[in-house]
Amino acid sequence: MTVNEIHERLKAQFGEAVGPLSEPKIDAFVVVSGHKIVDVARFLKETPGLELDHCNDLTALDWPARNVIEVVYHLFSYGHRHGIVLKVEADRANPVVPSVEGVWKAANWLERECYDMFGVTFTGHPDLRRLLLPDDWQGFPLRKDYQEAGGYHGIPNTRENPLVELRRLDEKRRAERPPPPPPPPAATSNPPAAPAAPAKA
Amino acid sequence: MPVNYPPAPKFTPRWMIAVTLAAMVGIPALILGAVLLATPLLQPAVIDAALGFGPYTSPWARDLAYAVAALLLALLMVNFGAIFSGAISWYERRVAGRIQSRIGPNRAGFLGFFVWIADAVKMILKEDLVPADADALLFRAAPYFVLVGFACTFVVLPFGHSLVVADLDVGIFYVTSVTALTVVGILISGWSSNSKWALFGGMRSAAQVISYEIPAGLAIFVPVAMAGTLSMQGLIRAQGGFPWEWFIFRNPAALVAFFVLFTSQLAEANRTPFDLPEAESELVAGYLSEYSGFRFALFFLCEWGNIWVLSAIATTLFLGGWQIPGITAAQIDAVRGAGVVPSLAWWSWNALSMAIFVAKTLVLCNVVVWLRWTLPRIRVDQMMNLCWKYLVPVAFGCLVFTLFWQVGVGARPQLEVITGCVLFVFAVVLAFLFGRRVRLNIQAVQGDKFDLSNW
Amino acid sequence: MEKLILRRVDNAGEEMLLNFGPQHPSTHGVINFLVDTDGEVMKKAIPDIGYLHRALEKIGESTGYPGFMPYTDRIDYVAAMFANEGYAIAVEKLLKVEVPPRAQWLRAISCELCRIASHLVSTGTMASDIGATTPLVHALRERETVNDLLEALCGARLTYNYHRIGGVAFDLPEGWRDRVLKFLDHFDTMLVEWDRLITFNSIYIKRLANVAVITKTQAIDYGLVGPNLRGSGMDWDVRRDVPYGAYPHFKFEVPVGRGSRGTVGDAFDRYYVRVLEMMESSKIVRQALESMPEGEIIAKVPRKVKPEAGEAFSRVESARGEMAYYVVSDGTEKAYRVRARTGSFTAMGIIEDISPGLMVADLVALIASIDVVAPEIDR
Repeated sequence: MTVNEIHERLKAQFGEAVGPLSEPKIDAFVVVSGHKIVDVARFLKETPGLELDHCNDLTALDWPARNVIEVVYHLFSYGHRHGIVLKVEADRANPVVPSVEGVWKAANWLERECYDMFGVTFTGHPDLRRLLLPDDWQGFPLRKDYQEAGGYHGIPNTRENPLVELRRLDEKRRAERPPPPPPPPAATSNPPAAPAAPAKA
Repeated sequence: MPVNYPPAPKFTPRWMIAVTLAAMVGIPALILGAVLLATPLLQPAVIDAALGFGPYTSPWARDLAYAVAALLLALLMVNFGAIFSGAISWYERRVAGRIQSRIGPNRAGFLGFFVWIADAVKMILKEDLVPADADALLFRAAPYFVLVGFACTFVVLPFGHSLVVADLDVGIFYVTSVTALTVVGILISGWSSNSKWALFGGMRSAAQVISYEIPAGLAIFVPVAMAGTLSMQGLIRAQGGFPWEWFIFRNPAALVAFFVLFTSQLAEANRTPFDLPEAESELVAGYLSEYSGFRFALFFLCEWGNIWVLSAIATTLFLGGWQIPGITAAQIDAVRGAGVVPSLAWWSWNALSMAIFVAKTLVLCNVVVWLRWTLPRIRVDQMMNLCWKYLVPVAFGCLVFTLFWQVGVGARPQLEVITGCVLFVFAVVLAFLFGRRVRLNIQAVQGDKFDLSNW
Repeated sequence: MEKLILRRVDNAGEEMLLNFGPQHPSTHGVINFLVDTDGEVMKKAIPDIGYLHRALEKIGESTGYPGFMPYTDRIDYVAAMFANEGYAIAVEKLLKVEVPPRAQWLRAISCELCRIASHLVSTGTMASDIGATTPLVHALRERETVNDLLEALCGARLTYNYHRIGGVAFDLPEGWRDRVLKFLDHFDTMLVEWDRLITFNSIYIKRLANVAVITKTQAIDYGLVGPNLRGSGMDWDVRRDVPYGAYPHFKFEVPVGRGSRGTVGDAFDRYYVRVLEMMESSKIVRQALESMPEGEIIAKVPRKVKPEAGEAFSRVESARGEMAYYVVSDGTEKAYRVRARTGSFTAMGIIEDISPGLMVADLVALIASIDVVAPEIDR
C-alpha cells in the first residue's frame, strides 16, 4: 500500500483526529492528535492489510518557533513492506503524550530516551525514568534552548585550552628557574684547538 | 614529546641463546638430579647405616637426624613444585601462542624462557594489598591452605623405582584426602575478600571440587582393586613396562576409568573446561579478584603445580608409572648391593625409570595444556550434571565390573594378557586414525601445501 | 525495585544486587547491568546505560552536513562504514542527488568488508566470553588483514570516514583487487577451520542452545533488527527487501535461524546466523569486484550543503541490524536534527524482559549473542 492509501484508511477510521498528509517533503508525514495516538497505533498494528508491526523509530523534534514539540513515529510493516510516519504535536511548555508502549514493546526504551532528551512525559509508560543521563540530571539536552548547567556534582564541564594552559605553565616554570651563569670571558688571540678528527677519517 | 624506545632486537645474541639453553637444560637437570640423589639417600634406613645408629643411640639424636632429612626432602619437593609451576607456565604460554597463531613470550631470554622467573620476581616486588573491609587474618592465610594442600601431595608422588619421599601404605588415599585442603583455601579466600564476586567464585569452586572427588575416588578404586594395594609404589610395581602391561589396557573398565579420573582431576584442579571459579570473562578471576602480588602468585603456583600432580597420579595409576619395558622392579632391587650407597647400576636403572616417568607425565601435562586453549567453559549446572548424572554412575559401573573382573582373572590369568594385547592394538589403531584425521583437517584448510610456517 | 536501583545498595536480604560492569571483560563496551540474583539464577538483569553518551545528536545540529560524517563513524566504531553510508543516503535524499554507480559499488564493497570485520569481532568475543580464547585470536588475526585492506582504501583502520555526501572519498588503489581476492580465498578456508574449532564444539553448543530464546513475535515487537531478528526466524534483510545502493545487482542468501541445535531464536541461532553472514559477505565482495563499473566516484554536490527544508529517513543493513537515520533540515547549512536509530539500542531493551530465570553465565551468553556495542546504544 502506498502512504496515500494508508492515510485514506486512517482518515476513514478516525476522521478529525488525523491531519492531512504533508506535502511530499521527501518523506511525507501525517499529524495525529495526541489523545488518539494509542488508538491509531493499535489500529495500524492490528488491522489486517495494514499490520504495521515494526516501530522503527520514536523520536522528537523541538520547534521553539511554533512552541511545539513533535513526537515522530516511523512505522513499518514487515509483511506488507509499507510504512508511514506519524507526528504528534505536544505543547512545548508541558509536553504530555500517551504512551504506545502497550502496542509495540520497542517503544519502551525509545520513549524513555525521548523523555530523557526532550522532557516529553508519556502517560501510561510503566517505567519512565532517564535512560542515558544520570537520574538526577537537570534539564533536557536536545531542546533548542538547553543551557548547560556548568558542571555535575562538582565535575566541571569546561576546561582551559590545553595549549594555552601548558604554555602558561611552561612560562611560569621558566620564570622560576635561576638565571644561567654569565658566560666566561671571550677567547683571546689563540683560537681554541680544532676538535679531534673523527675516528672514521 | 617523542619517546625514544630502543629499537626491537632483530635477532637474539648468541650469548643469550647459550645462557637460555643452559638454563633450559640445567634447571631441570639440577632439580631432577637432586631428586634422584636425595630421595633414596635421605631415607631412615640409609641414615641409620650411614651415621652408625644402633640400638644404643639416643632417640633424640635419631629423631633429630630424621627431622633434618625430612626437612631437606620437603625443601627439595616444594622447590620442585615451584620450579615446575614456573616452567609449565612458560610452556603453556608458548603452546597457547602456537595454537593461537602468534608467538608467545620471546623477549626474556631465548624463546622467552626466563619469563617465569621475571614474573615471579615481579610478583614478589608488588605492593602488598589487603582490602580494607576484608577479614585480614583469613585473607592472608587463605593462599597457604592451598599451598599446603598442594605441597603435601609430593610426599607420596613417586619419581622412579626408589625415588619417593615416603612410600606410605595408604599412598593414593592420602593424596585424595590432602587435596581437599585446597577447597578450604578457596572458600576462605572467597569469603574473606569481602566481595560478592569473590564469594560467588569461592562457592562455585567448592561445589565443583567436592562433587568431583566422588568420581575421582571411584575411578581410583579400579587400579587399587587390580593391584590390591593403596601404596603408590605398589600400584606401579603391579604393572609392567610394556604398554600392554599397563593397567589401562589390562581391563576394559580401567580404560573407561582412566578418562573418568582424568576428567575429574581436571575439574578438581580448576582447569578449563572446568575453570568456572576463575572464569575471567564472567567474574574477573572469581575468588582471586582481590588478590595481588605474591599471594596471587601462590594461588597460580598451586594451580600450575597441580597439573604435575594430576598427571603424575594418572601415570601412576594407569600408565605404568616408571616401569622400564623388559626389566622388572625385582631385578633392579637385586642390583642394589649391600652397602650404604647403592651400586652404579642401580643408580642408572633408577635414572632411566625416572626419565620414563617424567616423560609420561609430561605427555599428560601437554594434553592438559592443549585442552585449556581449545575448549570453551561449561556452565555450573552442566558441570554438576556431568558429575552426578554421568561420571558417578559410570565410575560405579567400572568399579563393580572390576570386582568381577578380578575374580575372573584370579581363575584365568591369561584373560588379562589377552585383554592387554587386544586393547593395546585397539589404542594404536585409534592413534593412527587420529593422526590421519588431523592431517585431513589441516589439508581441508591449507590444501596440499601442509605449511607449518604459520606456527 | 526502582528505589533499589537508585540507591545501588542491596537491602541486606537474601538476594544479592550485583553490578555487572561497567568495567567488565564481558559486557561489550561500557555498560552496566544491575543483576538481582539469589546465587546463580537471576531474578532480573536491568541494563544501566549512558556511560558512553557523547551527545552526538546534539553535535549534529552544529557541524553542518558534511562535517558530521566523521561523527557517524563513532556511532558504531566496530562497523563504521554502515553509519557513514546511512547518513550519506539520508542527506542525499534531502539534496535529491543521485550517486554514480561506481560509488555505489565501492560503498557496497567497503561495507561488506566492514561487515566481515564486525562479525569477526562479534563471534570471536562471543567465543571468548564462553571461555574459548583461541577463536578470538584467530578472528582478530583475520580482521587485521581486513583492517589493512581498508586502510589502503581510505586511510583509517577503524573510523573510516570514507563515504561522502554524493559518493565516496577515494578510488581503489592499485593492486587492491588482487589483495582482496587473495584475502577472500584465505578467509573462506579459515571459516571452515573456525567451524570445526568452535561452532560445532559440543561444549559450545551446550552453552548456547536453548539459552535466552527470543521468539519471532517477541523479536518484532521489541524492535530487534539484523542478525538478532533473523536468528529468531524472521526472514528479513534490508539489503534484499528494501534495496538500496548496488545490492539489487548481487546474488546472496540471507541466513535465517532454524533452530538447528536447539530452539529457533536461541543464542546459538543468533551466533550461527552471523557466521553464515560472513560467508555471504565474502560472496558479495567477489561479485562486486568482478562487476565494478567505471566512472565517477562522487556526484556533484555543492560546497556548502544547503538542502531545502524537509525530512529524510534512510535505512541500511548494518552489521548489528538495521541502522536508520532521520535527518531534518530547515533550509540552512546546519541540520535541524540528526537522529541515528541503532540496532543495539532496542536490543538492550529486551534484556530486562528475557533475563528472569537465566543464570549469570547465560546472561553473558545473551549479551554476547545479541551483539550490543556501547557506542551504538549511547551515541
